[in-house]
Amino acid sequence: MTTTHPHTAAPARPSMPARIASRAGGGLLRLLLVLTGLLWLTPTVGLLLSSLRDRSDIAASGWWQVFVHPAQLTTSSYSTLFHNSKVTHSLLTTALITVPATVLVIVIGALAGYAFAWLDFPGRDGWFMVVVGLLVVPVQVALIPVAKLFNALGIFETTLGVVLFHTAFGLPFAVFLLRNFFAEIPRELLEAARLDGAGELRLFTRVVLPLGGPAIASLGIFQFLWVWNDMLVALIFADSGNPPITVALQQQVRQFGDNVDILASGAFLSMVIPLAVFFAFQRQFVSGVMAGAVK
Amino acid sequence: MASTTQGTRVTRTRKARGALGTRPWAAACFLLPALALLGALVVYPIGYSVYRSLFDASGHGFVGLGNYHEVFSDDRIRTALKNNVIWVVVAPTVATALGLIFAVLTERVRWGTAFKLVVFMPMAISMLAAGIIFRLVYEQNPDRGVANAVWVGIHDTFASPAPYPGARPRPNADLAASGGGAYTTRAAARAGTPVLLPLVAVKPEDVNGAHQAAPAKAVPGKVTGTVWMDFTRGGGGTPGRIDPGEKALAGLKVEAVKGGTAIASATTAADGTFTLPASADGARLRLPAANFASAYGGVDWLGPSLVTPSIIGAYIWMWAGFAMVLIAAGLAGVPRELLEAARVDGANEWQVFRRVTVPLLAPVLAVVVVTLMINVLKIFDLVYIIAPGSSLHDANVLALQLYQSSFGTDVNQGVGSAIAVFLLLLVLPVMYVNLRRIRREREQRR
Repeated sequence: MTTTHPHTAAPARPSMPARIASRAGGGLLRLLLVLTGLLWLTPTVGLLLSSLRDRSDIAASGWWQVFVHPAQLTTSSYSTLFHNSKVTHSLLTTALITVPATVLVIVIGALAGYAFAWLDFPGRDGWFMVVVGLLVVPVQVALIPVAKLFNALGIFETTLGVVLFHTAFGLPFAVFLLRNFFAEIPRELLEAARLDGAGELRLFTRVVLPLGGPAIASLGIFQFLWVWNDMLVALIFADSGNPPITVALQQQVRQFGDNVDILASGAFLSMVIPLAVFFAFQRQFVSGVMAGAVK
Repeated sequence: MASTTQGTRVTRTRKARGALGTRPWAAACFLLPALALLGALVVYPIGYSVYRSLFDASGHGFVGLGNYHEVFSDDRIRTALKNNVIWVVVAPTVATALGLIFAVLTERVRWGTAFKLVVFMPMAISMLAAGIIFRLVYEQNPDRGVANAVWVGIHDTFASPAPYPGARPRPNADLAASGGGAYTTRAAARAGTPVLLPLVAVKPEDVNGAHQAAPAKAVPGKVTGTVWMDFTRGGGGTPGRIDPGEKALAGLKVEAVKGGTAIASATTAADGTFTLPASADGARLRLPAANFASAYGGVDWLGPSLVTPSIIGAYIWMWAGFAMVLIAAGLAGVPRELLEAARVDGANEWQVFRRVTVPLLAPVLAVVVVTLMINVLKIFDLVYIIAPGSSLHDANVLALQLYQSSFGTDVNQGVGSAIAVFLLLLVLPVMYVNLRRIRREREQRR
């Protein structure tokens, strides 16, 4: 969506029948796209409208009935949800996991990315290859060993543990993305700062980080959504008594029919922040997704 | 100053980007946090998983490759393997194909960006939320689940639904069940003598707005009669008689049967009356089962046989946008002149697409398919949330089995580790390709 480009090529004027055919084809194409777009929107709209009906209405009929009976619309599911302290707490827990895991990945990834891009040390390329190799390691490989490790350290089922896990698994991508971006910084800028007497840390915070803004933004958005939306890692490593929103809702799914009001409104609530981030930072998200296509 | 620039040039040719005069310990400080975390939480676990996969459930008895043998022989894990193969083959292919179609089609539409936004949006939400969304979509009851509502709607357009499901004759009426859900009169019908066929147990919504039933007129030489709902709201009324307020059952099929075969048939009018030709004289009247069949219930999306394709559908809803965006970016890089040249040479749009666009996009398509394959290999949340308990076994996938073997009810972390190592082995080729690509890029830069 950020890749729109002017359609400048002007082909030779086609014959009359060809023009009519292409006009009709264009109309058909448009119709097809509109229908596909509606098809893609329907599931989400279904969730939203379900969350705005009460439980007995959901049990009795489909969400599309609100188009016939708009009086069914109510925010009762949401008020039930907000009066349920477990859910409000779980949103807080999600934030307490997501924000540190995002900040840590940026900071630690930027430090390492800078070192790989600009510092000289033995085995630099080899170490970087190791990090790139780790890009595709599935989280599943680490579940059992890290659970044991965290148990031994006393941080199993704590927010800290979840944050550390997400940070570690976000790092290969962070280092890969930021090293490549930092490597494009003009050498003259760094040398000028060095001549001005800037130390290693100053160079990093005053020159490299500000110039790395776009890449850091992409990485941040990507990691934020990744961690916010995670369920598996939280299912194992988070405190099951005070879980993030994904796990809190997952605990209700086995009695889907009985909890459908809470689940619909809770699921929609859990989507609000990712969707807001997505719409506000589309461009950064897309470039993050593109850079992450190797992951 | 001049010497500095020259020095830079020398360094550049010798090494891609040399030191800025840093000491190794500074580099170590910058790298330490990343390497420590990666070492402890990614690299060490790989080693431990390999080691752990060689031991039994208790973690003490060495079993060699026994756990791997179990992965390929245990019925439940084999179901998971089979499903994973289906996932890896179907999901990336369909998502990429759709992404390609969307990317190409939206290129020429002014509001293509809006369309892309709609299709790409599901990427931003969690698999848990998508799972709940699709639990609602795949709800079995066509009154609640939109997938079945549409499916039943289409089905009923082509095979019209029974007008009065569940209706049956009034007890003591001259109508007996004649097998298969049909009802037949005991007495033979006579031309010129109207027949009364009273039914009950009609669903109120099926007679909403129906007319008052009317007694059929006696027509010489024709068999006539009335089918109606022999039930007066609020009580009263005489069984077997058309009382005021009793509703006609229109659109119902009535057959005249002689010797077991239907010789004539009619459909009741708005006032419930029907007229059969003279040939029906002496025949018995049958109300065929098609009038009363219970409504078509739609597809059991989340039942054992369809659960995996249904969940793959949800996945494609989430990830087709990813394929579309990457392919659209690739498409923007395709030289316009090549396409125009092909068009000038007389190629039609399909030929241009097939012979020029797709080959030029091949590298992008490969990246998209491989990325999706890695992603699908680890699919967990969607299956865990969408599959109801009754078909969870049928929807099983490796990552779900790994979770259950490692932390679920019947824990065997030896088997869990073996599955984890197996998953890692499957992504090793991609790791190799990534590394080779990076190395090539660096050598080109040198």
